[in-house]
Amino acid sequence: MTAIIQASNLTKVFGKSTAVDHISFDVQKGEIFGFLGPNGAGKTTTTRMLTGVIPPDAGTATILGHDIQSEPVQAKQRFGVVPETSNAYTDLSAWQNLMLMGELYGLPRTRAEERSSDLLGMVELLEKKDQKVQAYSKGMKQRLILAMALIHEPELLFLDEPTSGLDVQSTQMILSLLRDLNRQGTTIFLTTHNMEEANRLCHRVAIIRCGKMAAIDAPEKLKVAIDRVHKIEVSFAREIPADALAGLTGVIGANRTGDKWQVTTENRDATIRSLVTFSQQNSTAIVTLNTLAPSLDDAFLRLTCEAQP
Amino acid sequence: MNPAGFSEQVHRAWAIAKKDIRIYYLKGPVLIFGVFMPVALFLAFFMGSRQLPLSFLISGLVGMTLFFTATAVSPAIFPWEGQAKTLERLASCPVTVETIVFGDMIASTLFGIGITIITVIIGLALGLSLLHGITLLAIILLAACCFSAIGMLLAVPPTNVPSNIMMLSSLIKFPLVFISGIFVPLEQMPFWGLVLSVCSPLTYFTDLVRYSFTGDHFFPVVIDIAALAVFTLVFTVGTMFLHKKTMPKRM
Repeated sequence: MTAIIQASNLTKVFGKSTAVDHISFDVQKGEIFGFLGPNGAGKTTTTRMLTGVIPPDAGTATILGHDIQSEPVQAKQRFGVVPETSNAYTDLSAWQNLMLMGELYGLPRTRAEERSSDLLGMVELLEKKDQKVQAYSKGMKQRLILAMALIHEPELLFLDEPTSGLDVQSTQMILSLLRDLNRQGTTIFLTTHNMEEANRLCHRVAIIRCGKMAAIDAPEKLKVAIDRVHKIEVSFAREIPADALAGLTGVIGANRTGDKWQVTTENRDATIRSLVTFSQQNSTAIVTLNTLAPSLDDAFLRLTCEAQP
Repeated sequence: MNPAGFSEQVHRAWAIAKKDIRIYYLKGPVLIFGVFMPVALFLAFFMGSRQLPLSFLISGLVGMTLFFTATAVSPAIFPWEGQAKTLERLASCPVTVETIVFGDMIASTLFGIGITIITVIIGLALGLSLLHGITLLAIILLAACCFSAIGMLLAVPPTNVPSNIMMLSSLIKFPLVFISGIFVPLEQMPFWGLVLSVCSPLTYFTDLVRYSFTGDHFFPVVIDIAALAVFTLVFTVGTMFLHKKTMPKRM
């Protein structure tokens, strides 16, 4: 795997407060990398350092092989940015904004026009392309910002809370576009505090708290890592005595909840195998079998609370 | 294509300039203010100071027009864009701080030249003859660059409140007009006034405009041009250097 983003000991200090405190991580080519954290954790500051908007006070960031401090233009030429606040020029139309971006990224005029038409069609703004952006809704502005970030077909896309405060339609459209882009090979760095979004979209997530990295892993691994004891919910086609389940390999306890059993275990794999063997030996079918893993919300809360100073 | 190459960055600066002209300059109030302000000052002095010849006052009017128009909008662009977060958009694009500043300078230079040409036409319409037309055009271009750089220099303090910058801008611009031989001929200035006037680039421009219309000048023409060129260079390099330092503080 090739590292597209390499952050090493990135640090940013504002006055007496350390917003980002020596964080290091890599983002691999083709990944959707979620950057999570509560408000004020240092997510936006980190994104701004990675995108060359503000310089770090210490540490380095290499983006697509270019040091963002010493070769900012070369790095910026190859990535796109969707910031938290919509920052299209409201006195210009969507078309003019896109053409401006085309010029700033050095696209020939015909190519810029071609891309602008395609992108406006993709974000469903083609019919309103000549309307000034100040008349756009928040969702429309955000879709335009995404189109502006994609004008030069970037290999890497930074998104800072791209769906924050948007309606369901715009949110779904943006998430779907991000999946499509990733499928086509675009690496995505997504800053969010929406756990569900990160859970559904990201291959790996990093959790930052008070400027420090609290965890970095795949969402599923993070969820299971926070709890040593797991729960499995199982129901059988016929009645089962309680002590029959309690004696199975790996099972710590079994409680009945309605027509189901909630089994507590330290080893999910061994317990599931035992339950399957048990159903075969007792000639009873398994009706449902669910592993009750903690949600990413649980993982986030646990990790950010643990990291709290 | 080398995105960091000089020609590519100049091309992108032109894109920024076009954006500035479209958003900030081609507005009714800005255009009206650009003409109104120097004309009002000119009329005030024309009516109150009848012993000064029209050719002297028209030269001053041309000087003032270029100075006020080239520094009218540029100091506020960075604060406006900082406030609207569009500066962050530009900062994340593959352009250097120098390119952004240069783009803003191109826009204010073109705006200054455009409005100043109107003032020159007014002067000609009032019966003045133009003795050195080429010189006038050349120095309008040079001085427009110089005054645009001053405008950008005024925008260096990293505030995103345009009124703060405009107040600072007025505090510096108005006194400069009074020490630059626009309303009081350099020949009639006291020694301390002359010492102050040599520190103002507007002095050399006004002296050259006067030379273009009447053939008279206080400083040798070469000195005037050289001084303007040095001011332009120093202010341009200075504003680019300082904006590079302060721009991250606006984000």
